[in-house]
Amino acid sequence: MNLDAFTLLLALGALAAGFLGSLTGLGGGVVIVPLLTLGFGVDIRYAIGASLVSVIATSSAAAAAYVRDGYSNLRIGMFLEVATTLGAVAGALVASRMPVSAVAIVFGAVLLWSAYLSLRRPAESLPSPAPDPLATRLGMDSSYPTPAGPVAYHVTHVPLGWLIMAAAGALSGLLGIGSGALKVLAMDQVMRLPFKVSTTTSNFMIGVTAAASAGLYLHRGYIDPALAAPVILGVVIGATLGTRALVGARPVALRRVFVVVLVALGCQMIYHGLTGGFARG
Amino acid sequence: MAEPSREGSSAEGPRATDPSRLRRDQAIERIIGAMLQIGVLLSIVVAVAGAILYLGRDGRHVADFRVFRGEPFDLRSAPAIVAAALGGHREAIIQLGVLVLIATPIARVVLSLVAFAMQRDGIYVAVTFIVLAVLLAGLSGFS
Repeated sequence: MNLDAFTLLLALGALAAGFLGSLTGLGGGVVIVPLLTLGFGVDIRYAIGASLVSVIATSSAAAAAYVRDGYSNLRIGMFLEVATTLGAVAGALVASRMPVSAVAIVFGAVLLWSAYLSLRRPAESLPSPAPDPLATRLGMDSSYPTPAGPVAYHVTHVPLGWLIMAAAGALSGLLGIGSGALKVLAMDQVMRLPFKVSTTTSNFMIGVTAAASAGLYLHRGYIDPALAAPVILGVVIGATLGTRALVGARPVALRRVFVVVLVALGCQMIYHGLTGGFARG
Repeated sequence: MAEPSREGSSAEGPRATDPSRLRRDQAIERIIGAMLQIGVLLSIVVAVAGAILYLGRDGRHVADFRVFRGEPFDLRSAPAIVAAALGGHREAIIQLGVLVLIATPIARVVLSLVAFAMQRDGIYVAVTFIVLAVLLAGLSGFS
């Protein structure tokens, strides 16, 4: 295939990934690496580099729409970004010392786990916990707008949330994904933030986290311009269209289809990793 | 919603639920949101321009990314990419777009640092400074 055709197909594939990712709320970043490696025969290191820059693009492009609603919490985001950026740098450093087949197997496991998480019934929003001295000291308690006026909330279990965020950052740096699901889990279930606050704050953090490891990937020569351009363009257009198409509830049937896709891709990544299908370079 | 105690408010800035702080925070976030969108748009324009130039020359070549070779050194570091892009190196122009994209969240952190400093919020100036240091270390490739 010549580069013209390859670039066009790659942009269309990335567009579909971005569209489905935002429509289902699962994020397109997680399917970019399987799309490039399994679909286009790209080396997994180049694939992770391209995925990482696409994650920065979707997170930043979505941010304006999110802040308009006034849900995100700048202080919590910044405090947890210390954890995610340190984790991301560590993950990127580990990635360069790990055999590519092992990276592929971890990637497959994360795909299966994402599928499992999204199949579970979404947890009920827990009642806001009692004020926590550390969170209060860090100025994390805030409020979010509702039709009936602002509702105050408190934050709890800051140290545990911070540690899970460091793990989310490490996965992001290792695999070139956003780790949005893990971030929301930490803020939602552990720190007990209201769901809308955790979702929007997580989106804010994804771009900063990915930027921390993207510099290292760039220096190692993992980011190829011929792959980056169509992937960035396709994912951003796809995600924007997905957000426009999405009014209110997320289509359940489409979400199920996407989960099946995640499981199939996860199994294939693990299979290729185990049989040495990625060890070419 | 009012805090029962005002202690420590001079050292830590206004309390969390203070409506004026909330309004200021939201104004900052709106500016940040707009800046992020401009950054993404700029990076896409630059990368797509580079890609059109690049495909115009190399579009008929065979696409092969199966074997990892690593990028040449003029496509790896920020100063080298800027220099090569200014010299008309087509792939470096795409890479310049990627660089703008990576710089966008970093600019967001710088803007937050300014905002926290203006609010005299010492804890968050320190927190934001750490995040910025990690980001810049990553961008420099620890070299």
